[in-house]
Amino acid sequence: MVKINFRDTAAYYGAEPGGGAPTKVKITFVDSHDQPRTVEGEVGSTVMETARRNDIPEIAAECGGACACATCHVYVDSAWSEKTGKASQMEEDMLDFAFDVQPNSRLCCQITVRPELDGLIVKTPSQQG
Amino acid sequence: MSQTNAAEINTDVVIIGAGPAGLFTVFELGLLDIKTHIIDILPRAGGQCSELYPEKPIYDIPGLPVVTGQGLTGNLMQQIEPFGPTFHFNEMVETLTSLGSQQAPSFRLTTDAGKIFNAKVVIVAAGGGSFQPKKPPIPEIAQYEGKSVFYAVRQMEDFRDKDVVIIGGGDSALDWTLNLQPIAKSLTLVHRRDAFRAAPHSVSAMQDLVANGKIAFKLGQITQVEGNQGQLTSALLKTNDGVIEKLSCQRLMPFFGLTMKLGPVADWGLNLNENLVPVDTEKFETSHPGIFAVGDINYYPGKLKLILSGFHEGALAAQKAHRYIYPDKKLLFQYTTSSTNLQKKLGVS
Repeated sequence: MVKINFRDTAAYYGAEPGGGAPTKVKITFVDSHDQPRTVEGEVGSTVMETARRNDIPEIAAECGGACACATCHVYVDSAWSEKTGKASQMEEDMLDFAFDVQPNSRLCCQITVRPELDGLIVKTPSQQG
Repeated sequence: MSQTNAAEINTDVVIIGAGPAGLFTVFELGLLDIKTHIIDILPRAGGQCSELYPEKPIYDIPGLPVVTGQGLTGNLMQQIEPFGPTFHFNEMVETLTSLGSQQAPSFRLTTDAGKIFNAKVVIVAAGGGSFQPKKPPIPEIAQYEGKSVFYAVRQMEDFRDKDVVIIGGGDSALDWTLNLQPIAKSLTLVHRRDAFRAAPHSVSAMQDLVANGKIAFKLGQITQVEGNQGQLTSALLKTNDGVIEKLSCQRLMPFFGLTMKLGPVADWGLNLNENLVPVDTEKFETSHPGIFAVGDINYYPGKLKLILSGFHEGALAAQKAHRYIYPDKKLLFQYTTSSTNLQKKLGVS
């Protein structure tokens, strides 16, 4: 059996040689005091996981990504809302338990990081729960 | 399994939290002839499993390829039934006082319902802390809480002949809309969208009341409240079109679900590390002899917040608890498959 340590592969560190799709993208979280924090998110993970790994404040994510708590509420920047897409029915139901819900509100555990989201900007609310 | 209301309760072990870790610890203690009382702020067993994801499948319980939060809770309740733990639901442990010595610990616990427990061992299985209602970010709402803003109904009479505003679109919001409408002077339901995550018959009953002019339904959010000395007079509604409307309101009930707060655990003199309780990995005991922590609330190098970790932790904590409770008895390690002694306790022999 061949054991692969994925963290040592070139793919982990960025664009694959030969022009493959990037495996990391930049995501900017703007907090409720307008302080931006730009971090790297891995393609395939979620925006919530990216926030947690990088100690982004104002994201609680109590349920750990099960779409069951509405404490990873974010406002998607208007330039990106088309690319992130709309909330699913289940997510809309959970958003009922978030505060100050706006048309651009999403639960960021339900946004999967994709190459086309490179540069994504989301804003966090002052209160999650 | 029964609920008890006695004022002072003497027991071997008090477990704080009736989630999966707390429930399975009852089993491991029971095999060692240790009696437990288990206290939880929620009205039922299961903790996060029943509160956050009762219907969602869990795939990483060893031996159960798929089980829902509710299903796992039901199985655990069945598994611990032979040991007859006593449950105290809807109660929060407020104080924990250490009375004994390092070698022979003993503890006194009090709950917000006024019960007093005397125990030799305390096992904190409180997960993310206690579930408490989410409070909306309305300025100065705190000064009205318990007087004219409520997150649960204790006495329906308190709502008679009042202008009541209920916020939310879940079962709690709809149930109380239906229950309070007959006695309220007026009732307005406020929700951010025209869709509800509630039992279909409640939704249609509510829509009938709206159609018949018995209640009002407004699309929007409550952004401000007005009143004095804790008594509300009005609430400001911001509709989804951005219009501000003033609603006459003497009683406001926001229903935004529950959130986990560490709560009184922080006041018990335990070492804390980012709201988690550090334990050793041999006994899962805290810095205080006789107080253990199992499940999501504990911390040690390599900790994984998985239900299966809580099961393992409870089993090892029970071994050490036995030494405190039966200091003169030697503990023999036995298997449930072969020990008739254990099988008798389980009621299968």
